[in-house]
Amino acid sequence: MQYLPQIAFVIILGVASWLLFKRISQIRKNIFLGRKESRNDNKAERWKTMWLVAFGQRKMFKRIIPAFLHLLIYVGFLVINLEVLEFVIDGLAGTHRIFAPLLGDFYTVLINIFEFLAVGVLFSCVVFLIRRNVVKVKRFHSIEMKKWPTLDANLILVIEIVLMFAILTMNATDQMIQGSDEHYAQTGKFFFSSKLIPLLEGMNTASLILVERFAWWFHIVGILAFAVYVTYSKHLHIGLAFPNTWYSNLKAKGHMENMPVVTNEVKMMLGMPAEGAENPPAEIARFGAKDVNDLSWVNIMNAYSCTECGRCTSECPANQTGKKLSPRKIMMDTRDRAEEVGASLAKGGKGLEDGKSLLGDYITKEEINACTSCNACVEACPVNIDPLSIILQMRRYVAMEESGSPASWNGMFQNIETSFAPWKFAPTDRFKWANELKKTED
Amino acid sequence: MSNTNMSVPTMAEMAAKGENPEVLFWVGCAGSFDDRYKKVTIAFIKILEKVGISYAVLGEEETCTGDPARRAGNEFLFQMQAMANIQVLDGYGVKKIVTACPHCFNTLKNEYPDLGGNYEVIHHSTFLQQLINEGKVTMKGGGEFKGKKITYHDSCYLGRANNVYEAPREVLQALDAELVEMKRCRTKGLCCGAGGAQMFKDAEKGNKEINIERTEEALATGANIIASACPFCMTMMRDGVKTKEKEESVEVLDIAELIAKNEGL
Repeated sequence: MQYLPQIAFVIILGVASWLLFKRISQIRKNIFLGRKESRNDNKAERWKTMWLVAFGQRKMFKRIIPAFLHLLIYVGFLVINLEVLEFVIDGLAGTHRIFAPLLGDFYTVLINIFEFLAVGVLFSCVVFLIRRNVVKVKRFHSIEMKKWPTLDANLILVIEIVLMFAILTMNATDQMIQGSDEHYAQTGKFFFSSKLIPLLEGMNTASLILVERFAWWFHIVGILAFAVYVTYSKHLHIGLAFPNTWYSNLKAKGHMENMPVVTNEVKMMLGMPAEGAENPPAEIARFGAKDVNDLSWVNIMNAYSCTECGRCTSECPANQTGKKLSPRKIMMDTRDRAEEVGASLAKGGKGLEDGKSLLGDYITKEEINACTSCNACVEACPVNIDPLSIILQMRRYVAMEESGSPASWNGMFQNIETSFAPWKFAPTDRFKWANELKKTED
Repeated sequence: MSNTNMSVPTMAEMAAKGENPEVLFWVGCAGSFDDRYKKVTIAFIKILEKVGISYAVLGEEETCTGDPARRAGNEFLFQMQAMANIQVLDGYGVKKIVTACPHCFNTLKNEYPDLGGNYEVIHHSTFLQQLINEGKVTMKGGGEFKGKKITYHDSCYLGRANNVYEAPREVLQALDAELVEMKRCRTKGLCCGAGGAQMFKDAEKGNKEINIERTEEALATGANIIASACPFCMTMMRDGVKTKEKEESVEVLDIAELIAKNEGL
């Protein structure tokens, strides 16, 4: 009987780990629906970028208030999770606060730090809930934020508040039980949770133990369940922000990825020696992107890293002036489509051949045509997501596979082909501007 | 006119004489055909002439870099243009290119290397900044713009695309003018609305034109001069100023024009 809690703990831990493993493998598969792209160059620069942007939160600090509140939650997440180590050991070994006697006074200091951060997380989550639901900060209320994205965001904040509250309740009751039950080691006083003691006064030791145990189980099971939930949620950025920044585009933002397939064809047309011209690829890939498998795996990882904060959309000139384009929606659509295809394939379904596609069923031409390629979205993203890359790949599909670009663009293409300028001017007039300078000589 | 012998040399003429200029001035389509931007081209030529730098242009041999075709999705057309241009540039042994168009600048600098065209490419704002720093262009104290309020509109293809934020500002500071910044500037600068081939089509449906949004922001600084460093930005800002009926009081000028004017060129 006395091993029952330990057995229960092992089962819960096992189930959570198995669910997490399955889900992470699925996400990995979904990301690799994308085509290959090598981003392993310049490793030193990549580590530095990850260190500064993800770990150091550098780009968050462009907006100081949310940056500060987010920092509290972020540090809380990193540090409080150290305590989970003790939870797991206690759960497996049937001990209670195994580190308390080992660390002595330092344990008291540690838990006080954790509690300070827990209160910080609580405070930030409450302010974030107010910003979303009372102040109604504009970027949280765009069209793409209806239903699930809003519920998801609120759920995350509420769950974090409840989890932090469980820690504080657990610590409060623990301090009250100490001395009455020898299983509970002496820990010294915890500043924040001791403030809750007056609320619990009058309860007998047995009830206190019940509350303490409930809070302990609630917290650890809650954390494990939340970890699984995160993989279905926008909150996945807590993990993916790190690889996502490591695989950042390190080239100038203005640089557009070259298409070697086109280079080969152009070289052949111009009668230049083309690499691989003798061995054309067996299956000619689609030009540009129509669906998730045409995108690079980095694009799809970007989509899974997006936490829907909307900084991109709020900086987008097209969105600010009422156009349909929202860079955040581009990322959300890409993720939704990758999920749909991945889930279908996992069930042995049609996958990509389901008659739907990212461009057309999720993203419209009107959206991608509105982009000015100004890179404001790319600059704004705190985890270096690149919505512009997806937009430009889709434009390539529309122009080269469908010849479906706006009529004025087709006109511009024609002008370049015939007059070598985007406007219809005679090429022989190109140098006439210099005549004015010659006139001044007279 | 201070300089009376301005026959702009072409690469072909230079090559015929067995010469190779220090720098090729890539004029760009707007600089060649757009009536307003031709004035910027001429202002920049006058500066080049005054400084006495050995330069040349391609003249009728220059063609579109392919930037708008690429941004609109037509990769074939872009690469055809790029390959042809690279053949011409390499044929003349061009090493260094300066251009007054951030879109040409970005494409030549960042995208031609993928197709085998490797050149040192600089934008005219950086070029002018270097001339000022080297003392080759010396600003007259108490010039035409002394104390005047100027606001600078960041071009996306210079700024975010290539991290050129300070060069144009340093050029403006050399005028001894009062440089006032818009709310959204540098990395947060708002696009004029013309990039990504938007210059060549109407905007999608919305509730405002981007250039009006930007012009309003520029006008709010109280500046009488909106300085730009890009032909598309210039067109968009001029249209905005016109729509706002402020042409009488507010001018849109390229940084090269400001320098040339200040020098009395």
